[in-house]
Amino acid sequence: MLKVDGVTCAYGKVMAVRDLTMEVRQGELVTLIGANGAGKTTTLKAISGVLAPVEGRIEFEGEDITGASARTVLEKGIAHCPEGRRIFPYMTVRENLEMGCFLRNDAQAIAKDMEKIFERFPILHERRAQAAGTLSGGEQQMLAISRALMSRPRLILFDEPSLGLAPNLVEQTFDIVEQIRSDGVTVVMVEQNALAALELCDRSYVLESGEVTLSGTGNQLLKNKKVQQAYLGG
Amino acid sequence: MNRQLIEVGVVLLFASVPLWLGNLYYLHILITTGIFIIAAISLNLLLGYTGQLSLGHVAFFGIGAYTSALVSLGFDLELTDSYTFVFEPKPVWFSFLCGILFAAVCGWLIGKISFKVRGAYFVIVTISFAEVVRLVALNWIDLTEGPMALNNIPPFTLGIPGLWELTFYKKEPNYWLVLALCVLSFVIVRRLVESRAGRAMIALRENEPLATSVGVDVTKYLVLATVVSAGMAGAAGGLYTHYVRIVDPDVFLFIYTVTMVIMVITGGKGTLLGPIIGGLIFGILPEALRGVAGPEVQWIIYGILMILIVYFLPQGIVPALTNWWRQREGHQDPPAPKETAREVVN
Repeated sequence: MLKVDGVTCAYGKVMAVRDLTMEVRQGELVTLIGANGAGKTTTLKAISGVLAPVEGRIEFEGEDITGASARTVLEKGIAHCPEGRRIFPYMTVRENLEMGCFLRNDAQAIAKDMEKIFERFPILHERRAQAAGTLSGGEQQMLAISRALMSRPRLILFDEPSLGLAPNLVEQTFDIVEQIRSDGVTVVMVEQNALAALELCDRSYVLESGEVTLSGTGNQLLKNKKVQQAYLGG
Repeated sequence: MNRQLIEVGVVLLFASVPLWLGNLYYLHILITTGIFIIAAISLNLLLGYTGQLSLGHVAFFGIGAYTSALVSLGFDLELTDSYTFVFEPKPVWFSFLCGILFAAVCGWLIGKISFKVRGAYFVIVTISFAEVVRLVALNWIDLTEGPMALNNIPPFTLGIPGLWELTFYKKEPNYWLVLALCVLSFVIVRRLVESRAGRAMIALRENEPLATSVGVDVTKYLVLATVVSAGMAGAAGGLYTHYVRIVDPDVFLFIYTVTMVIMVITGGKGTLLGPIIGGLIFGILPEALRGVAGPEVQWIIYGILMILIVYFLPQGIVPALTNWWRQREGHQDPPAPKETAREVVN
Protein backbone atom coordinates (compact mmCIF):
# COMPACT_ATOMS: atom_id res chain seq x y z
CA MET A 1 0.00 0.00 0.00
CA LEU A 2 2.76 2.39 1.00
CA LYS A 3 6.27 2.12 -0.34
CA VAL A 4 9.09 4.32 0.84
CA ASP A 5 12.14 3.81 -1.29
CA GLY A 6 15.56 5.22 -0.51
CA VAL A 7 14.21 8.41 1.01
CA THR A 8 16.63 11.00 2.35
CA CYS A 9 15.42 14.05 4.26
CA ALA A 10 17.32 17.02 5.54
CA TYR A 11 16.62 20.19 7.48
CA GLY A 12 18.96 22.58 5.71
CA LYS A 13 22.30 20.81 5.81
CA VAL A 14 21.43 18.54 8.69
CA MET A 15 20.57 15.09 7.47
CA ALA A 16 17.66 13.64 9.44
CA VAL A 17 16.81 10.52 7.49
CA ARG A 18 19.19 8.69 5.20
CA ASP A 19 18.27 6.26 2.45
CA LEU A 20 15.24 4.92 4.27
CA THR A 21 13.27 2.10 2.73
CA MET A 22 10.12 0.64 4.18
CA GLU A 23 6.87 -0.88 3.13
CA VAL A 24 3.42 -1.03 4.60
CA ARG A 25 0.80 -3.46 3.39
CA GLN A 26 -2.95 -2.98 3.42
CA GLY A 27 -4.43 -3.49 6.89
CA GLU A 28 -1.12 -3.66 8.71
CA LEU A 29 -0.13 -1.89 11.87
CA VAL A 30 3.48 -0.89 11.46
CA THR A 31 5.49 0.94 14.10
CA LEU A 32 8.69 2.90 13.92
CA ILE A 33 10.80 2.77 17.04
CA GLY A 34 14.09 4.34 17.97
CA ALA A 35 15.69 6.91 20.20
CA ASN A 36 15.11 10.64 20.13
CA GLY A 37 16.36 12.17 16.92
CA ALA A 38 16.46 8.88 15.08
CA GLY A 39 14.31 10.32 12.31
CA LYS A 40 10.95 8.77 13.10
CA THR A 41 8.96 11.98 13.04
CA THR A 42 10.81 13.15 9.95
CA THR A 43 9.83 9.97 8.16
CA LEU A 44 6.16 10.58 8.90
CA LYS A 45 6.49 14.17 7.77
CA ALA A 46 7.99 13.06 4.49
CA ILE A 47 5.15 10.62 3.90
CA SER A 48 2.44 13.14 4.77
CA GLY A 49 3.89 15.83 2.55
CA VAL A 50 4.77 18.27 5.31
CA LEU A 51 8.43 17.91 4.37
CA ALA A 52 9.70 17.20 0.87
CA PRO A 53 12.39 14.53 0.73
CA VAL A 54 15.73 15.42 -0.85
CA GLU A 55 16.04 12.07 -2.51
CA GLY A 56 14.06 8.89 -2.99
CA ARG A 57 10.52 7.99 -3.84
CA ILE A 58 7.31 7.52 -1.90
CA GLU A 59 4.47 5.58 -3.42
CA PHE A 60 0.92 5.19 -2.12
CA GLU A 61 -1.31 2.60 -3.76
CA GLY A 62 0.91 2.65 -6.79
CA GLU A 63 0.87 6.42 -7.17
CA ASP A 64 3.95 8.54 -6.76
CA ILE A 65 3.40 11.03 -3.93
CA THR A 66 7.01 12.11 -3.47
CA GLY A 67 7.10 15.80 -2.61
CA ALA A 68 3.33 16.20 -3.01
CA SER A 69 1.69 18.83 -0.79
CA ALA A 70 0.12 17.89 2.52
CA ARG A 71 -3.22 18.61 0.95
CA THR A 72 -2.74 16.26 -1.98
CA VAL A 73 -1.52 13.47 0.28
CA LEU A 74 -4.54 13.92 2.51
CA GLU A 75 -6.84 13.79 -0.50
CA LYS A 76 -5.25 10.51 -1.52
CA GLY A 77 -6.27 9.05 1.85
CA ILE A 78 -3.37 9.50 4.25
CA ALA A 79 -4.12 11.32 7.52
CA HIS A 80 -1.37 12.58 9.77
CA CYS A 81 -1.77 12.94 13.50
CA PRO A 82 1.26 15.06 14.38
CA GLU A 83 2.98 15.07 17.74
CA GLY A 84 2.96 17.94 20.21
CA ARG A 85 -0.06 20.21 20.31
CA ARG A 86 -2.56 18.03 18.56
CA ILE A 87 -5.67 20.18 18.67
CA PHE A 88 -6.90 23.71 18.01
CA PRO A 89 -7.28 24.85 21.63
CA TYR A 90 -9.67 27.78 21.17
CA MET A 91 -11.96 26.01 18.74
CA THR A 92 -14.77 23.88 20.09
CA VAL A 93 -14.59 20.11 19.98
CA ARG A 94 -17.04 20.08 17.10
CA GLU A 95 -15.04 22.66 15.16
CA ASN A 96 -11.91 20.61 15.68
CA LEU A 97 -13.65 17.63 14.15
CA GLU A 98 -14.87 19.78 11.29
CA MET A 99 -11.29 20.85 10.60
CA GLY A 100 -10.53 17.16 10.15
CA CYS A 101 -12.74 17.10 7.08
CA PHE A 102 -11.63 20.47 5.77
CA LEU A 103 -11.17 19.00 2.31
CA ARG A 104 -14.45 17.13 2.17
CA ASN A 105 -17.65 18.50 0.63
CA ASP A 106 -20.14 15.72 1.37
CA ALA A 107 -22.06 17.34 4.21
CA GLN A 108 -24.36 14.36 4.80
CA ALA A 109 -21.59 11.81 5.04
CA ILE A 110 -19.67 14.17 7.31
CA ALA A 111 -22.65 14.42 9.65
CA LYS A 112 -22.85 10.63 9.73
CA ASP A 113 -19.16 10.24 10.47
CA MET A 114 -19.45 12.82 13.19
CA GLU A 115 -22.29 10.82 14.75
CA LYS A 116 -20.21 7.66 14.63
CA ILE A 117 -17.36 9.44 16.41
CA PHE A 118 -19.72 10.73 19.08
CA GLU A 119 -21.07 7.21 19.55
CA ARG A 120 -17.62 5.85 19.97
CA PHE A 121 -16.47 8.62 22.31
CA PRO A 122 -19.52 9.86 24.23
CA ILE A 123 -17.33 12.23 26.22
CA LEU A 124 -16.59 14.20 23.04
CA HIS A 125 -20.30 14.49 22.41
CA GLU A 126 -20.82 15.76 25.91
CA ARG A 127 -18.15 18.40 25.41
CA ARG A 128 -18.84 19.19 21.79
CA ALA A 129 -19.47 22.89 22.41
CA GLN A 130 -16.52 23.33 24.74
CA ALA A 131 -13.19 24.83 23.74
CA ALA A 132 -10.91 21.90 23.00
CA GLY A 133 -8.17 23.39 25.17
CA THR A 134 -10.32 22.76 28.23
CA LEU A 135 -10.33 18.98 27.70
CA SER A 136 -8.06 16.70 29.69
CA GLY A 137 -4.96 15.24 28.08
CA GLY A 138 -6.62 11.92 27.35
CA GLU A 139 -9.70 13.57 25.89
CA GLN A 140 -7.52 15.77 23.70
CA GLN A 141 -5.83 12.67 22.38
CA MET A 142 -9.22 11.12 21.63
CA LEU A 143 -10.19 14.29 19.83
CA ALA A 144 -6.96 14.33 17.82
CA ILE A 145 -7.47 10.74 16.72
CA SER A 146 -11.12 11.38 15.91
CA ARG A 147 -10.17 14.41 13.89
CA ALA A 148 -7.77 12.31 11.84
CA LEU A 149 -10.58 9.80 11.25
CA MET A 150 -12.89 12.55 9.97
CA SER A 151 -10.95 12.71 6.72
CA ARG A 152 -11.90 9.04 6.11
CA PRO A 153 -8.30 7.98 5.65
CA ARG A 154 -7.16 4.59 4.46
CA LEU A 155 -3.80 5.10 6.14
CA ILE A 156 -3.23 6.97 9.39
CA LEU A 157 0.15 8.16 10.58
CA PHE A 158 0.34 8.52 14.38
CA ASP A 159 3.24 10.41 15.83
CA GLU A 160 3.84 9.48 19.48
CA PRO A 161 0.19 9.22 20.47
CA SER A 162 1.15 8.24 24.03
CA LEU A 163 3.46 11.18 24.63
CA GLY A 164 2.67 13.05 27.83
CA LEU A 165 -0.27 10.87 28.84
CA ALA A 166 -0.85 9.15 32.17
CA PRO A 167 -0.12 5.38 32.05
CA ASN A 168 -3.78 4.31 32.06
CA LEU A 169 -4.47 6.72 29.21
CA VAL A 170 -1.54 5.35 27.25
CA GLU A 171 -3.17 1.96 27.38
CA GLN A 172 -6.48 3.44 26.32
CA THR A 173 -4.84 5.21 23.40
CA PHE A 174 -3.27 2.00 22.18
CA ASP A 175 -6.67 0.32 22.44
CA ILE A 176 -8.12 2.98 20.20
CA VAL A 177 -5.31 2.53 17.68
CA GLU A 178 -5.96 -1.19 17.71
CA GLN A 179 -9.67 -0.60 17.10
CA ILE A 180 -8.97 1.70 14.20
CA ARG A 181 -6.84 -0.94 12.63
CA SER A 182 -9.51 -3.56 13.09
CA ASP A 183 -11.92 -1.22 11.32
CA GLY A 184 -9.73 -1.69 8.29
CA VAL A 185 -7.56 1.41 8.41
CA THR A 186 -3.87 0.83 7.91
CA VAL A 187 -1.74 2.38 10.64
CA VAL A 188 1.83 3.61 10.83
CA MET A 189 2.79 4.68 14.32
CA VAL A 190 5.88 6.26 15.75
CA GLU A 191 6.36 5.28 19.35
CA GLN A 192 9.06 5.73 21.95
CA ASN A 193 7.59 3.14 24.24
CA ALA A 194 9.27 0.29 22.37
CA LEU A 195 7.78 -2.55 24.37
CA ALA A 196 4.22 -1.40 23.80
CA ALA A 197 4.94 -0.61 20.18
CA LEU A 198 6.36 -4.05 19.51
CA GLU A 199 3.58 -5.87 21.30
CA LEU A 200 0.93 -3.98 19.41
CA CYS A 201 2.32 -4.03 15.90
CA ASP A 202 2.43 -6.51 13.05
CA ARG A 203 5.82 -5.33 11.95
CA SER A 204 8.25 -2.72 13.08
CA TYR A 205 11.24 -0.78 11.84
CA VAL A 206 14.05 0.21 14.17
CA LEU A 207 15.63 3.56 13.31
CA GLU A 208 19.03 4.72 14.45
CA SER A 209 20.45 8.10 13.49
CA GLY A 210 18.33 8.36 10.41
CA GLU A 211 18.75 4.83 9.12
CA VAL A 212 16.79 1.61 9.40
CA THR A 213 18.98 -0.81 11.30
CA LEU A 214 16.52 -3.60 11.91
CA SER A 215 13.07 -4.64 10.83
CA GLY A 216 10.78 -7.56 11.36
CA THR A 217 7.61 -8.70 13.04
CA GLY A 218 6.92 -7.54 16.56
CA ASN A 219 7.73 -10.96 18.00
CA GLN A 220 11.00 -11.27 16.14
CA LEU A 221 12.16 -7.91 17.38
CA LEU A 222 11.02 -8.57 20.92
CA LYS A 223 13.33 -11.59 20.97
CA ASN A 224 16.21 -9.80 19.27
CA LYS A 225 19.20 -9.33 21.59
CA LYS A 226 20.15 -5.93 20.23
CA VAL A 227 16.64 -4.60 20.53
CA GLN A 228 16.34 -5.96 24.05
CA GLN A 229 19.54 -4.25 25.08
CA ALA A 230 18.94 -0.94 23.41
CA TYR A 231 15.21 -0.39 23.81
CA LEU A 232 13.72 -2.85 26.23
CA GLY A 233 16.11 -2.34 29.10
CA GLY A 234 17.15 -5.99 29.06
CA MET B 1 -34.13 38.98 21.04
CA ASN B 2 -33.72 39.53 17.37
CA ARG B 3 -30.07 40.06 16.60
CA GLN B 4 -30.61 41.57 13.19
CA LEU B 5 -33.08 44.06 14.56
CA ILE B 6 -30.59 45.22 17.15
CA GLU B 7 -27.91 45.57 14.50
CA VAL B 8 -30.12 47.67 12.28
CA GLY B 9 -31.08 49.73 15.31
CA VAL B 10 -27.47 50.43 16.21
CA VAL B 11 -26.64 51.45 12.66
CA LEU B 12 -29.67 53.74 12.51
CA LEU B 13 -28.68 55.27 15.82
CA PHE B 14 -25.23 56.05 14.48
CA ALA B 15 -26.75 57.30 11.23
CA SER B 16 -28.93 59.73 13.14
CA VAL B 17 -25.99 61.34 14.94
CA PRO B 18 -25.50 64.28 12.52
CA LEU B 19 -29.18 65.16 12.93
CA TRP B 20 -28.97 65.84 16.66
CA LEU B 21 -25.29 66.31 17.46
CA GLY B 22 -25.27 69.94 16.37
CA ASN B 23 -21.53 70.36 16.63
CA LEU B 24 -19.42 70.10 13.49
CA TYR B 25 -16.20 69.64 15.41
CA TYR B 26 -17.57 66.57 17.19
CA LEU B 27 -18.81 65.29 13.87
CA HIS B 28 -15.32 65.71 12.45
CA ILE B 29 -13.93 63.61 15.29
CA LEU B 30 -16.48 60.92 14.60
CA ILE B 31 -15.56 60.89 10.91
CA THR B 32 -11.82 60.47 11.57
CA THR B 33 -12.60 57.90 14.24
CA GLY B 34 -14.74 56.03 11.74
CA ILE B 35 -11.91 56.05 9.22
CA PHE B 36 -9.58 54.65 11.85
CA ILE B 37 -12.14 52.03 12.78
CA ILE B 38 -12.18 50.78 9.20
CA ALA B 39 -8.38 50.52 9.32
CA ALA B 40 -8.59 48.75 12.68
CA ILE B 41 -11.18 46.30 11.32
CA SER B 42 -8.79 45.51 8.48
CA LEU B 43 -5.86 45.05 10.86
CA ASN B 44 -7.97 42.80 13.05
CA LEU B 45 -8.49 40.43 10.15
CA LEU B 46 -4.74 39.85 10.03
CA LEU B 47 -3.77 40.24 13.67
CA GLY B 48 -6.85 38.79 15.28
CA TYR B 49 -7.81 36.03 12.90
CA THR B 50 -4.57 34.82 11.32
CA GLY B 51 -2.34 35.92 14.19
CA GLN B 52 0.08 37.82 11.97
CA LEU B 53 1.09 41.24 13.24
CA SER B 54 1.35 43.79 10.46
CA LEU B 55 3.26 46.66 12.03
CA GLY B 56 3.36 48.49 8.74
CA HIS B 57 -0.35 48.50 8.24
CA VAL B 58 -0.38 52.24 7.76
CA ALA B 59 1.47 51.64 4.48
CA PHE B 60 -1.70 50.23 2.93
CA PHE B 61 -3.68 53.12 4.36
CA GLY B 62 -1.21 55.62 2.91
CA ILE B 63 -1.02 53.86 -0.44
CA GLY B 64 -4.80 54.00 -0.70
CA ALA B 65 -4.71 57.69 0.22
CA TYR B 66 -1.97 58.65 -2.23
CA THR B 67 -3.24 56.52 -5.09
CA SER B 68 -6.73 57.89 -4.79
CA ALA B 69 -5.44 61.45 -4.49
CA LEU B 70 -3.15 61.15 -7.52
CA VAL B 71 -5.71 59.47 -9.74
CA SER B 72 -8.32 62.09 -8.92
CA LEU B 73 -5.90 65.00 -9.33
CA GLY B 74 -4.08 63.66 -12.34
CA PHE B 75 -0.31 63.89 -12.62
CA ASP B 76 2.46 64.01 -15.15
CA LEU B 77 5.75 62.23 -15.05
CA GLU B 78 8.81 63.13 -17.08
CA LEU B 79 9.94 59.67 -18.04
CA THR B 80 12.60 60.75 -20.53
CA ASP B 81 13.72 64.19 -21.74
CA SER B 82 11.37 64.09 -24.66
CA TYR B 83 8.47 62.08 -23.26
CA THR B 84 6.18 63.06 -20.46
CA PHE B 85 3.51 60.73 -19.27
CA VAL B 86 0.36 62.68 -18.62
CA PHE B 87 -2.41 61.24 -16.52
CA GLU B 88 -5.71 63.07 -16.76
CA PRO B 89 -7.77 63.56 -13.59
CA LYS B 90 -10.39 60.89 -13.10
CA PRO B 91 -13.66 60.95 -11.13
CA VAL B 92 -13.34 60.38 -7.41
CA TRP B 93 -15.29 57.12 -7.26
CA PHE B 94 -12.87 55.70 -9.80
CA SER B 95 -9.80 56.95 -7.98
CA PHE B 96 -11.16 55.56 -4.74
CA LEU B 97 -11.45 52.10 -6.33
CA CYS B 98 -7.94 52.46 -7.75
CA GLY B 99 -6.66 53.18 -4.25
CA ILE B 100 -8.31 50.05 -2.86
CA LEU B 101 -7.06 47.96 -5.74
CA PHE B 102 -3.47 49.19 -5.57
CA ALA B 103 -3.34 48.71 -1.80
CA ALA B 104 -4.65 45.18 -2.27
CA VAL B 105 -2.01 44.46 -4.92
CA CYS B 106 0.68 45.69 -2.53
CA GLY B 107 -0.83 43.45 0.15
CA TRP B 108 -0.61 40.53 -2.22
CA LEU B 109 3.07 41.24 -2.94
CA ILE B 110 3.94 41.65 0.72
CA GLY B 111 2.03 38.51 1.58
CA LYS B 112 3.77 36.50 -1.12
CA ILE B 113 7.19 37.68 -0.07
CA SER B 114 6.91 37.48 3.65
CA PHE B 115 4.68 34.55 4.37
CA LYS B 116 7.46 32.24 3.34
CA VAL B 117 8.92 33.42 6.61
CA ARG B 118 6.34 34.16 9.25
CA GLY B 119 6.05 35.67 12.69
CA ALA B 120 8.80 38.14 13.52
CA TYR B 121 9.89 38.28 9.88
CA PHE B 122 6.46 39.35 8.78
CA VAL B 123 6.55 42.13 11.35
CA ILE B 124 9.94 43.30 10.07
CA VAL B 125 8.93 43.13 6.43
CA THR B 126 5.78 45.16 7.05
CA ILE B 127 7.60 47.81 9.11
CA SER B 128 10.28 48.16 6.45
CA PHE B 129 7.68 48.30 3.72
CA ALA B 130 5.87 51.17 5.44
CA GLU B 131 9.13 53.03 5.90
CA VAL B 132 10.15 52.53 2.28
CA VAL B 133 6.79 53.78 1.05
CA ARG B 134 7.02 56.80 3.35
CA LEU B 135 10.45 57.66 2.00
CA VAL B 136 9.21 57.31 -1.55
CA ALA B 137 6.29 59.63 -0.81
CA LEU B 138 8.68 62.08 0.83
CA ASN B 139 11.33 62.11 -1.89
CA TRP B 140 9.56 61.50 -5.19
CA ILE B 141 8.65 65.15 -5.36
CA ASP B 142 7.70 65.11 -9.06
CA LEU B 143 4.88 62.76 -8.28
CA THR B 144 3.89 63.31 -4.67
CA GLU B 145 5.04 66.90 -4.03
CA GLY B 146 6.95 65.41 -1.10
CA PRO B 147 6.60 67.33 2.16
CA MET B 148 4.71 70.10 0.34
CA ALA B 149 1.79 67.64 0.25
CA LEU B 150 -0.87 67.05 -2.36
CA ASN B 151 -3.44 69.81 -2.06
CA ASN B 152 -6.92 70.52 -3.33
CA ILE B 153 -7.87 66.91 -3.58
CA PRO B 154 -11.46 66.77 -4.84
CA PRO B 155 -14.09 65.56 -2.37
CA PHE B 156 -16.45 62.67 -3.02
CA THR B 157 -19.42 63.29 -5.26
CA LEU B 158 -22.66 61.45 -5.62
CA GLY B 159 -25.10 61.64 -8.45
CA ILE B 160 -25.70 61.24 -12.15
CA PRO B 161 -23.24 63.31 -14.20
CA GLY B 162 -24.96 66.22 -15.92
CA LEU B 163 -28.28 65.72 -14.16
CA TRP B 164 -27.86 65.97 -10.46
CA GLU B 165 -24.81 65.94 -8.33
CA LEU B 166 -23.95 66.27 -4.70
CA THR B 167 -20.39 67.12 -3.81
CA PHE B 168 -19.37 66.14 -0.30
CA TYR B 169 -18.16 69.52 0.91
CA LYS B 170 -20.10 69.23 4.12
CA LYS B 171 -19.35 66.93 7.00
CA GLU B 172 -22.70 65.15 7.12
CA PRO B 173 -22.47 63.27 3.82
CA ASN B 174 -18.87 62.35 4.62
CA TYR B 175 -20.00 61.00 7.96
CA TRP B 176 -22.67 58.85 6.35
CA LEU B 177 -20.24 57.60 3.75
CA VAL B 178 -17.71 56.61 6.42
CA LEU B 179 -20.45 54.96 8.44
CA ALA B 180 -21.63 53.02 5.40
CA LEU B 181 -18.13 51.77 4.70
CA CYS B 182 -17.63 50.86 8.36
CA VAL B 183 -20.73 48.71 8.16
CA LEU B 184 -19.59 47.25 4.86
CA SER B 185 -16.14 46.40 6.25
CA PHE B 186 -17.71 44.82 9.29
CA VAL B 187 -20.00 42.71 7.12
CA ILE B 188 -17.17 41.66 4.81
CA VAL B 189 -14.97 40.55 7.71
CA ARG B 190 -17.87 38.74 9.33
CA ARG B 191 -18.77 36.88 6.16
CA LEU B 192 -15.13 35.98 5.62
CA VAL B 193 -14.50 34.82 9.16
CA GLU B 194 -17.61 32.68 9.24
CA SER B 195 -16.71 31.05 5.94
CA ARG B 196 -14.48 28.09 5.26
CA ALA B 197 -11.59 30.45 4.57
CA GLY B 198 -12.10 32.09 7.94
CA ARG B 199 -12.05 28.74 9.67
CA ALA B 200 -8.78 28.00 7.92
CA MET B 201 -7.32 31.32 9.09
CA ILE B 202 -8.28 30.67 12.70
CA ALA B 203 -6.82 27.19 12.46
CA LEU B 204 -3.55 28.70 11.27
CA ARG B 205 -3.49 31.10 14.17
CA GLU B 206 -4.10 28.35 16.67
CA ASN B 207 -1.82 25.65 15.43
CA GLU B 208 -0.08 26.02 12.13
CA PRO B 209 1.60 22.62 11.81
CA LEU B 210 -1.71 20.96 12.54
CA ALA B 211 -3.57 23.19 10.12
CA THR B 212 -1.12 22.18 7.41
CA SER B 213 -1.61 18.54 8.19
CA VAL B 214 -5.39 18.73 7.86
CA GLY B 215 -4.90 20.13 4.39
CA VAL B 216 -5.10 23.89 4.88
CA ASP B 217 -3.04 25.68 2.26
CA VAL B 218 -1.24 28.01 4.67
CA THR B 219 0.18 30.53 2.22
CA LYS B 220 -3.04 30.80 0.24
CA TYR B 221 -5.16 31.78 3.21
CA LEU B 222 -2.57 34.11 4.71
CA VAL B 223 -2.22 35.91 1.40
CA LEU B 224 -6.00 36.09 1.05
CA ALA B 225 -6.25 37.68 4.48
CA THR B 226 -3.50 40.17 3.67
CA VAL B 227 -5.08 41.16 0.36
CA VAL B 228 -8.51 41.77 1.88
CA SER B 229 -6.98 43.55 4.84
CA ALA B 230 -4.75 45.75 2.69
CA GLY B 231 -7.60 46.65 0.35
CA MET B 232 -9.76 47.63 3.29
CA ALA B 233 -6.99 49.75 4.78
CA GLY B 234 -6.61 51.33 1.33
CA ALA B 235 -10.31 52.19 1.37
CA ALA B 236 -9.84 53.90 4.73
CA GLY B 237 -6.95 55.85 3.22
CA GLY B 238 -9.10 56.90 0.28
CA LEU B 239 -11.86 58.09 2.59
CA TYR B 240 -9.33 60.07 4.55
CA THR B 241 -7.77 61.70 1.54
CA HIS B 242 -11.04 62.89 0.00
CA TYR B 243 -12.34 64.03 3.34
CA VAL B 244 -9.42 66.12 4.60
CA ARG B 245 -8.44 66.87 0.98
CA ILE B 246 -4.76 67.10 1.63
CA VAL B 247 -2.29 64.26 1.98
CA ASP B 248 1.37 64.40 3.00
CA PRO B 249 3.97 61.73 3.85
CA ASP B 250 2.98 61.93 7.50
CA VAL B 251 0.11 59.55 6.76
CA PHE B 252 2.77 56.84 6.85
CA LEU B 253 3.89 57.61 10.39
CA PHE B 254 4.44 54.60 12.62
CA ILE B 255 2.24 56.11 15.31
CA TYR B 256 -0.86 55.52 13.18
CA THR B 257 -0.10 51.83 12.99
CA VAL B 258 0.36 51.83 16.74
CA THR B 259 -3.01 53.52 17.14
CA MET B 260 -4.65 50.82 15.04
CA VAL B 261 -2.93 48.09 17.05
CA ILE B 262 -4.08 49.70 20.30
CA MET B 263 -7.65 49.85 19.05
CA VAL B 264 -7.61 46.19 18.06
CA ILE B 265 -5.86 44.89 21.19
CA THR B 266 -7.90 46.84 23.74
CA GLY B 267 -11.17 46.17 21.97
CA GLY B 268 -10.40 42.48 21.65
CA LYS B 269 -8.45 40.98 18.81
CA GLY B 270 -10.13 38.18 17.00
CA THR B 271 -13.60 39.48 17.82
CA LEU B 272 -15.80 41.23 15.31
CA LEU B 273 -16.80 44.09 17.56
CA GLY B 274 -13.39 44.54 19.17
CA PRO B 275 -11.88 47.03 16.71
CA ILE B 276 -15.10 49.06 16.71
CA ILE B 277 -15.28 49.37 20.48
CA GLY B 278 -11.54 49.95 20.80
CA GLY B 279 -11.67 52.40 17.92
CA LEU B 280 -14.51 54.40 19.44
CA ILE B 281 -12.74 54.63 22.79
CA PHE B 282 -9.27 55.50 21.56
CA GLY B 283 -10.52 57.60 18.66
CA ILE B 284 -12.73 59.82 20.79
CA LEU B 285 -10.73 59.78 24.02
CA PRO B 286 -7.90 62.14 23.03
CA GLU B 287 -10.43 64.72 21.89
CA ALA B 288 -12.69 64.22 24.87
CA LEU B 289 -9.75 64.74 27.20
CA ARG B 290 -8.70 67.89 25.44
CA GLY B 291 -11.48 69.86 27.12
CA VAL B 292 -10.70 68.74 30.63
CA ALA B 293 -6.94 68.41 30.82
CA GLY B 294 -3.77 70.01 29.58
CA PRO B 295 -1.91 68.38 26.72
CA GLU B 296 0.63 66.58 28.95
CA VAL B 297 -2.04 65.24 31.25
CA GLN B 298 -4.16 64.04 28.31
CA TRP B 299 -1.57 61.62 27.09
CA ILE B 300 -0.79 60.43 30.58
CA ILE B 301 -4.46 59.60 31.08
CA TYR B 302 -4.55 57.96 27.67
CA GLY B 303 -1.54 55.84 28.55
CA ILE B 304 -2.78 54.88 32.00
CA LEU B 305 -6.18 53.87 30.66
CA MET B 306 -4.51 51.75 28.02
CA ILE B 307 -2.31 50.00 30.57
CA LEU B 308 -5.28 49.40 32.85
CA ILE B 309 -7.30 47.84 30.05
CA VAL B 310 -4.48 45.61 28.92
CA TYR B 311 -3.64 44.65 32.51
CA PHE B 312 -7.14 43.89 33.74
CA LEU B 313 -8.71 42.74 30.48
CA PRO B 314 -5.84 41.07 28.65
CA GLN B 315 -8.23 39.55 26.12
CA GLY B 316 -9.72 42.95 25.40
CA ILE B 317 -12.96 44.67 26.27
CA VAL B 318 -15.32 42.69 24.07
CA PRO B 319 -14.32 39.19 25.25
CA ALA B 320 -14.43 40.41 28.86
CA LEU B 321 -17.95 41.78 28.38
CA THR B 322 -19.09 38.60 26.64
CA ASN B 323 -17.82 36.47 29.52
CA TRP B 324 -19.43 38.72 32.07
CA TRP B 325 -22.72 38.60 30.18
CA ARG B 326 -22.65 34.83 29.93
CA GLN B 327 -21.98 34.44 33.60
CA ARG B 328 -24.81 36.80 34.42
CA GLU B 329 -27.12 34.76 32.25
CA GLY B 330 -26.07 31.79 34.35
CA HIS B 331 -24.20 29.84 31.72
CA GLN B 332 -21.68 27.49 33.20
CA ASP B 333 -18.75 28.59 31.17
CA PRO B 334 -15.73 26.33 31.17
CA PRO B 335 -12.53 28.14 32.03
CA ALA B 336 -10.67 29.53 29.06
CA PRO B 337 -8.03 27.17 27.79
CA LYS B 338 -4.70 27.95 29.29
CA GLU B 339 -2.03 28.97 26.89
CA THR B 340 0.42 26.31 28.00
CA ALA B 341 4.03 26.99 27.23
CA ARG B 342 4.21 26.22 23.57
CA GLU B 343 5.73 22.86 23.02
CA VAL B 344 8.56 23.01 20.60
CA VAL B 345 7.43 21.19 17.53
CA ASN B 346 10.65 20.05 16.00
